[in-house]
Amino acid sequence: MALVDGEPLIRWNWVADHLQDFVDLTGEHLFLSLAPVVLGLLISIPLGVASIRWSWLYPPVFAGANLLYAIPSLALFMLMLDLTGLNSRWTAIVPLTGYTLAVLVPNVVDGLRQVPASVRQAATAMGFGTWRRLIQVELPIAVPVIMAGLRVATVSSISLVSVAVLVGQGGLGQLFTDGAQREFPTPIIAGIVLTIILAFAADLALVTAQRLLTPWARSRKGTA
Amino acid sequence: MNILGLFWEWFSDSANWQGTDGIPTRLLEHVWYSGLSLLIAAAIGLPLGLLTGHTGRGGFVAASLANFARALPTLGIVILVVLIYGVGLGPVLTALIALAVPPVLVNTYEGIRNVDADIKDAARGMGMTGPEVLFKVEIPAAMPLILLGLRTAAIQIVATATVAAYVSLGGLGRYIFDGFQRQDYKAVVGGSVLVVLLAVIVAGIFLALRRLLVPAGVRQSGRVA
Repeated sequence: MALVDGEPLIRWNWVADHLQDFVDLTGEHLFLSLAPVVLGLLISIPLGVASIRWSWLYPPVFAGANLLYAIPSLALFMLMLDLTGLNSRWTAIVPLTGYTLAVLVPNVVDGLRQVPASVRQAATAMGFGTWRRLIQVELPIAVPVIMAGLRVATVSSISLVSVAVLVGQGGLGQLFTDGAQREFPTPIIAGIVLTIILAFAADLALVTAQRLLTPWARSRKGTA
Repeated sequence: MNILGLFWEWFSDSANWQGTDGIPTRLLEHVWYSGLSLLIAAAIGLPLGLLTGHTGRGGFVAASLANFARALPTLGIVILVVLIYGVGLGPVLTALIALAVPPVLVNTYEGIRNVDADIKDAARGMGMTGPEVLFKVEIPAAMPLILLGLRTAAIQIVATATVAAYVSLGGLGRYIFDGFQRQDYKAVVGGSVLVVLLAVIVAGIFLALRRLLVPAGVRQSGRVA
């Protein structure tokens, strides 16, 4: 594989001709990378809460998360094929959900653990039941730590999903294999740039969301 | 169970144990590429992290670098590098190293930076010089994060080395891509499971290193990211 002599790194006219493809692939990319983040968040909160309530649960959950995080995505995608097949989006979504969990569960647990005991006692004294205390007091206080994990998980998911093109589901990753097969750098560079833009846009959206979710952190610095 | 059956069938076939495409050769290649890349990434990232952490300068640059590195799609980077610089070990290993430096650098920086100021003051008060504070106080206290950075880099390298088989790098990824091409799912499973096992061993090594290198006084719960 090598560049043909005289081939520029970017052919702008090719870029101009394929804008609609970029839009379609970006949409697909966002779905494939964000669905696992949403699923991961939905699973990690109850799992984190359960790990706090029953402390024996946490060591195995934590070890599992650590181990899962270490496994290369390509291997997981390939092994998923056995269950889901080449034409299923789940082949990409299930392993990526696993990585999201690996990042988020420890953050949810850390976030909930750092809720000061005095705050918890105050909520109980005000007559909050276990569930109401969790939802209205403990989880909001844990938002900054959970959000930090969510940002890492989201950016990783957006950059990782392109590997899934090798099992037929990669969003912008298609630009990479397309460029490799034709030894044509323009789509590869376009794919890299679009992935980075998506990752930063998603990160910015999460930072904004955090500011909206934790209005108290703006007025009194130091709680975040 | 299907996967384990396929893996065993492939793994126990003596034909897969011989020659340049045999399991020992491929495994050794993978370990060699990964170990070399990690070593070089550590040789670059650790001193830079120690320096920026100790002096407190360049932290913002380090953090932005790590964020940026996390956003890079490894498959695209590896393909682009090979397309521009040609097939060969050099370009691919350079990409592996470049992707692994940021986590080492940033975690080392964060670790050193976040050492309790009181402890550092106490060390200076006892008459320690700058380098003594760094080596006797800051590094041991920052060890959990330093190891976390190395672990993240190692994981990243093993994974990217697998993906880099797409652009003709050797190693375990070869079984995955060659098997995929031949529609030989058994070889794909074989390569994938070996990669998983290698990753588990890497995770185990870092667990052991944590036990060995982190002083009992600073042990705390580590984070994945």
